[in-house]
Amino acid sequence: MPSNKISMRFFSAFVALAAAAFLASGIAAQSDASQQNKTGRAGTFAIVNARIVTVTGPVIENGTVVIRDGKIAAVGTNVSIPSGAERIDAKGLSVYPGMIDAATSLGLAEIPLGANATMDVAETGSMNANAKAITGINPHTSHVNVTRVNGVTTVHSAPTGGTIAGQSAVINLNGSTQTEMSVVPEFGLVINFPRVTTFGGFQPGVGPITVDFNEAVRRRDTQIEELKKIMADAAAYAKAKEASAKDGSLRPPATDLRLEAMVPYIRGERPMLIAVERERDIRAAVKFLADNKLKGIIVGGQEAWKAADDLKKNNVPVIFTNIYSLPVREDDPYDFLFEGPAQLHRAGVKFAVATGDGGAEVRDLPYHAGLAGAYGLPKEEALKAVTIYPAEILGIANRMGSIEAGKDANIVVTDGDILDPRTNIKYLFIGGRLLPLTSRHTELFESFKDRK
Amino acid sequence: MKRRIGMLLGLAILALLPASLVAQQAGGDVLIRNATVMTASRGTLENTDILIRGGKIARIGKNLPAGTARVIDATGKFVTPGIIDAHSHTMMNAVNEGTLSVTSMTRIRDVLNPTDVAIYRGLAGGVTAALLLHGSANAIGGQSSTVKFKYGRPVEEFVVEGAPTGIKFAMGENPKRSNFTIPGQPPRYPRTRMGVLEVMRDAFVRARDYKRSWDDFRAGKTRVPPRRDMELEPIVEILEGKRLVHAHGYRSDEQLNLLRLAEEFGFRVGTLQHGLEAYKFAPEIAKHGAGVSIFIDSWSYKLEGYDATPYNAYMLWKAGVNVSINSDSNERMRRLNLDAAKAMKYGGVPEQDALKMITLNPAVQLGIGSRTGSIEQNKDADIVIWSEHPFSPYAHPEMTMIEGVVYFDRKADIERRGLLAKEREELEKLDINKAPGSGGAAPRIPTERVRGDLGHIEDSDLDDHK
Repeated sequence: MPSNKISMRFFSAFVALAAAAFLASGIAAQSDASQQNKTGRAGTFAIVNARIVTVTGPVIENGTVVIRDGKIAAVGTNVSIPSGAERIDAKGLSVYPGMIDAATSLGLAEIPLGANATMDVAETGSMNANAKAITGINPHTSHVNVTRVNGVTTVHSAPTGGTIAGQSAVINLNGSTQTEMSVVPEFGLVINFPRVTTFGGFQPGVGPITVDFNEAVRRRDTQIEELKKIMADAAAYAKAKEASAKDGSLRPPATDLRLEAMVPYIRGERPMLIAVERERDIRAAVKFLADNKLKGIIVGGQEAWKAADDLKKNNVPVIFTNIYSLPVREDDPYDFLFEGPAQLHRAGVKFAVATGDGGAEVRDLPYHAGLAGAYGLPKEEALKAVTIYPAEILGIANRMGSIEAGKDANIVVTDGDILDPRTNIKYLFIGGRLLPLTSRHTELFESFKDRK
Repeated sequence: MKRRIGMLLGLAILALLPASLVAQQAGGDVLIRNATVMTASRGTLENTDILIRGGKIARIGKNLPAGTARVIDATGKFVTPGIIDAHSHTMMNAVNEGTLSVTSMTRIRDVLNPTDVAIYRGLAGGVTAALLLHGSANAIGGQSSTVKFKYGRPVEEFVVEGAPTGIKFAMGENPKRSNFTIPGQPPRYPRTRMGVLEVMRDAFVRARDYKRSWDDFRAGKTRVPPRRDMELEPIVEILEGKRLVHAHGYRSDEQLNLLRLAEEFGFRVGTLQHGLEAYKFAPEIAKHGAGVSIFIDSWSYKLEGYDATPYNAYMLWKAGVNVSINSDSNERMRRLNLDAAKAMKYGGVPEQDALKMITLNPAVQLGIGSRTGSIEQNKDADIVIWSEHPFSPYAHPEMTMIEGVVYFDRKADIERRGLLAKEREELEKLDINKAPGSGGAAPRIPTERVRGDLGHIEDSDLDDHK
């Protein structure tokens, strides 16, 4: 599609269409603007009489959580409440840590069809290490509120295109700017690890075309060579820079933003996020990480449990994004992917359950974990798979993922099991700020619920 | 590499499946013992038995005598009616005949594939029946089929006998072709919502004239019989109230325009499909009497899906509209129980009414509400046994039966896996299945795969989702 050659005629037609659509939804558009200021309020809070699901420790009945200066100041049954603290009576309610979705593109992809202007998820070209999610995330997308009012307070958001898609970011779902949202601005480098596929794209007038298997293997190998080459280039670049820093007589290399961006990753200081599904590709990816002494995380991981030995040996965790996917092979058991997390748990692989969603459906994270619970994953593990485990994999377990004193006050108060679709969220805190439970969806509801 | 193996194995499994099903069918009468029965129409009954005789629910009560019936102990389990998915493209070898703006002559029943594994996966999610719809590429699409998921049986047995015939209509972005062009194909009329409505109006006007010409001929007013028109005959049936219109659409204005058009031509729309903005004109829908079949909370995947709210189900329910929750997806179909649970969360639809949204309500929308959709005496024994409350996130179906025949049994499924794995291993050893790297030829991709396994590829025009 020649998207860079949009004719004026098409463009004006599009603007007219978009304008018409937004006029039709005028109330909603207006309410979105007002949401921008809904970043809640700070304060000292004491949630009392609560059932506290700490995640990392035992459940505390009838306990208190004190929130002060954005942090969890105290947790327990015998906690002194600071004077002036705002009391929240949580009798009959449960306190959970905010859930963390470890694989999304939230903020980068608002409306995939019909509003291309809202899509910032995939750069052109195949090697884009310097594309940073944190600079593309829209803090004011309606996806933010819709997601957090369902108890997901933090997400890992990543670009998707090419072989090296760019750098991901971990963000809190609150804030007026990218900086305010940022938890880890540059977390991982997304690699769509080259794999063998006989799908050769769509040919105009023909439809999907199939390439010869040997050709498919050749293409995969070429892509891996390209990946290795750019990594070698980045290593050489880093070495030249280092050498020049030590010895002033050596000219530093001309700055290359793409190579520069890769340096922390090829040195194993930060993880590569390797998107792979099949066992053979996962094993190939783990070998690639080990051979190059890289830190890595598998994202996707349909058959990851089959490669558990390699994953464990090399300390590679898995962010499993396939609860809402169909088994690939016709003869796979019907629950093959529902069981994925349970299999990873049994095999002792470090894992998290994530949606892998572009943004709109990230709020379903608890139900992904719940379904894993319906197919063999113990309930406590299902909860951990969307709280402390993603926090550990994302390197933020010192700040999030459980209810412990000293951690950030990302807290959800519910009237039931947080993984249950019938459960309602009653209070929501991110960074200690008490947030309104409003979203584009509640506001559309308010606007029309009394129409007769 | 594995594709050919998969294909062969698929055949092998098919050869194997009916045999195992026959084994399950043996015995005839069934007594489900001591379950928590969520009837979907008369509340929840604790410690209750269901006696199934001749494929029908013969008795519901406590401590029923088993007689010769096979007893299934459901102590601690929950029983619901089979789930009915009122928007599906499962088991369809083709979805869109999109070359014309009116393709009412095409029939989904001509492209049904009873071996589609998605059927079995649906059964494993508790789905027993579905409305199979033509895609939304055109203002007036093809004729729909209402089926039960009798996996392993001949295709003729899938089609629900006596179910009213239906047809797909579509409005908005898809029939306008706004999100995609087909390479090599010129743009097609219509390109606007104005044009979409006029295509429909034009078809109704032509159908009315066509009907009149037949009426005149039959009344002896004319001597030459009119030429039969396969495009217009289904549309005449709509005008006569014999064929249900299932109309894909998003924006409230265009869906209301369709209701007005229907009122102008004197018929009632069967269902508004998707209807993400239906909440904006719920009173008008209630007054017209159309059903609405929605996603519980999908949104933002396209521009016209941006004004969605998951409170839609509640607002429609409150206005007295018959609401069903559908999947439009082989994947989502497997977890419609959790979608129904969300109707309780968003607004507070009562439990039984939420359950109805995936059982009795779609049954009524498809015109089969008198025979299925709830657990009542004399209704078809289309039944799911759940491991726990079906709205619990930790619940899974343990058994799914249609007309008393078990089509999914989790225990049997798990027991069969070893056998299948062994069979796969043996097939992989065959020369014909050798990988190219070990001397085998490059695999051919089965044609169905080429068509796409019905993931989310709306823009390909090969499939229709949302």
